[in-house]
Amino acid sequence: MAVISFIDAITMAMREEMRRDPGVFVLGEDVGVRGGVFRATVGLIEEFGEERVIDTPLAESAIVGVGIGAAAYGMRPIAEIQFADFIMPAVNQIVSEAAKMRYRSNGDWTCPITIRAPFGGGVHGALYHSQSVEAMFTNVPGLKVVAPSTPYDAKGLLKAAIRDNDPVLFFEHKRCYRLIKGEVPEEDYVLPIGKADVKREGTDITVISYGLTLHFCLQAAEKLAQEGISAHVLDLRTLYPLDKEAIVEAASKTGKVLIVHEDNKEGGVGGEVAAIIAEHCLFDLDAPIKRLCGPDVPAMPYSPPMEKYFMLNPDKVLEAMRDLAHF
Amino acid sequence: MATKVLMPQLGESVTEGTITKWLVKVGDQVKKYDPLAEVSTDKVNAEVPSTVAGRVTEIVVPEGDTVAIGTLILYIEEEGGGADQPENTPAVNSADTSQQAKTVPAQAAEGRAAVSANLAANAAPAAAGQAVSGVGPDTNGQQAQRGKQRFSPAVMRLAQEHGIDLSRVQGTGMEGRVTRKDIQAIIDNGGQPAAAAPEAAPVVNTPVGVPASAAVGQSPQPVQAAAREVPAAAGDQIIPVTPIRKTIANRMVQSKHEAPHAWTMVEVDVTKLVAFRNQVKDEFKRKEGVNLTFLPFFIKAVVEALKEYPMINSTWAGDKIIVKKNINISIAVATEDALFVPVIKDADQKSILGIAKSIEDLAAKTRAGKLSVDDMSGGTFTVNNTGSFGSVLSMPIINSPQAAILSVESIVKRPVVIDDMIAVRSMVNLCLSLDHRVLDGLVCGRFLQSVKQKLEAIGPDTKLY
Repeated sequence: MAVISFIDAITMAMREEMRRDPGVFVLGEDVGVRGGVFRATVGLIEEFGEERVIDTPLAESAIVGVGIGAAAYGMRPIAEIQFADFIMPAVNQIVSEAAKMRYRSNGDWTCPITIRAPFGGGVHGALYHSQSVEAMFTNVPGLKVVAPSTPYDAKGLLKAAIRDNDPVLFFEHKRCYRLIKGEVPEEDYVLPIGKADVKREGTDITVISYGLTLHFCLQAAEKLAQEGISAHVLDLRTLYPLDKEAIVEAASKTGKVLIVHEDNKEGGVGGEVAAIIAEHCLFDLDAPIKRLCGPDVPAMPYSPPMEKYFMLNPDKVLEAMRDLAHF
Repeated sequence: MATKVLMPQLGESVTEGTITKWLVKVGDQVKKYDPLAEVSTDKVNAEVPSTVAGRVTEIVVPEGDTVAIGTLILYIEEEGGGADQPENTPAVNSADTSQQAKTVPAQAAEGRAAVSANLAANAAPAAAGQAVSGVGPDTNGQQAQRGKQRFSPAVMRLAQEHGIDLSRVQGTGMEGRVTRKDIQAIIDNGGQPAAAAPEAAPVVNTPVGVPASAAVGQSPQPVQAAAREVPAAAGDQIIPVTPIRKTIANRMVQSKHEAPHAWTMVEVDVTKLVAFRNQVKDEFKRKEGVNLTFLPFFIKAVVEALKEYPMINSTWAGDKIIVKKNINISIAVATEDALFVPVIKDADQKSILGIAKSIEDLAAKTRAGKLSVDDMSGGTFTVNNTGSFGSVLSMPIINSPQAAILSVESIVKRPVVIDDMIAVRSMVNLCLSLDHRVLDGLVCGRFLQSVKQKLEAIGPDTKLY
């Protein structure tokens, strides 16, 4: 199996799906000739031509709106939002149209669109290139929200998203793009949306995360293992709907839970995860459910020391994990 | 001291760069901002500028190599030299992280030492504390402190399920908090008491009375009051009280103190049982590999009678009586210096064979010192085979919090009047001590009659399987 980067896994998934299904096409800002600002769509226009790899104007509402229209007619668009920060003009299309299409037509119409958006900070992107916006979409029934953390999951889940008959928001942590590498099979495989994945087995504490911070958790777990602390790490992978069964199982296993995400704490995905645990396995809990998240400030600062303060890192995660283990 | 030059961050999302060409060589003089090397990344090609003026002393990364952002690529000896200079860090994040990382192992080692010391120090008292009621006056302060402790839902649940008295568990968590792992360790340790068996085993017994599986979990007050000075005369032997003996003492006093004992007895004609057992025991042993003693027959009869009179299978709980659904029979198994009370779980679902097997397993485990807490917990009624000591009459102490205890005395041949004729019959006495708060003579009498009828009905038609 080849070891490839996270972003190469994304490209591979799209290329394979476009070869497999002529209804799959890509649209977004700079996705064609430029190959995407992160190079996610590199090589696609050469292989599939400009009718299937469409450079759009700088109008996210149109990118998603056009995609929804095409999806309603049976196409399988992959709409790229250049940065998740820019998704705001398209929110009406996503929430009011895509998410409700099946429901309001009583199942006559579906909306098989995939909307890809790089999110997250740690790349000196400042206010408008670093935000985590997932929580805005994780209480919209009709949407699926996916946020993989490894190349293997990225390929399998993106293919699942493209083949899904309902709209999927696919968030890719941009810091993972070239930082995270892993083995990815060349053959076709699909991973189930809605299923979390245990990334590390452990017995002392349970850590639940997704995206970039999942890797911080794994690194911290590795170090803590030398202190004799055994961490169980669950990767949510899908943020909506959540894999309640896996969450409850992981939480029950150790009774001490730390939820980690880069997104703001208040109103973040972690709050919902904590509520699920509190509802279902109170009598297995041995400690308060803890959350380690980004601060509740409007956006990622540009100044490097401030960005560093804002971002989580393996040391911050390690400290929180150790505290919980010692509780 | 030479200044370190690190691979800079060249654009968003870039994590590594390839040195495509070195523009300087060792010994070159460079000015600040002079290009040092050409670097290519996924996104850009760029030059790495010098951050100081000086002389190149060492090139660390050869041309063509790809290295992560923040990796040391070359050293420059600054002009005027010698002045200690902090690391030159174009990639602030990475460099800082690695420095922080260095401090971690030290803390880690400390933390670990502290934790294991804690564990070592606490392990023994935790195990012993579980068995010992009233640990001694020197721990009163500690106990008072612990009395204020809060317990997590998981700890409370496990303690209740396994009858563990939390006030006697020493925690290893923050500020001595009892953790779920602490409780789990106690539960798990019950499976392997081995050498520490007498200390770790929460259940012991005297020849007559049988303390509960939940030796832990009950208030020790009655006994603490009894610790008064008794003078010893010259030549007397003084035997220190072992934890297990202390537990026995506490449990006996507690049961006698709390439960008003009443007592009753029936005699049962087991002639047919004796004949039947003698007839089938050899084949049974050959086929099943299990000795067929009398006890399984008695337990079977008791269990069936308990089904008819569920009140006997209950417990006093202050403002209510809890009638137990499960029928778990505590049996007394003797060792040289103590008597244990393991439990046959769900005895009502077992055949004579099943009960015989359970008895044999539990007896073997007891002798091997391998009883787990689970083996000894959950009993709802006790059958005590006092006949094995040759006793023909005993007044057992109730195995609190159960409501009654039945002792099976020796089977002896006696002349008995049947149909106005004297016959030689195998007779046995069954003695019942009952908690008069829960039970009255009537129901107990009926219960004993039922047991008696069942035993006397045993014969060639009795099913062993």
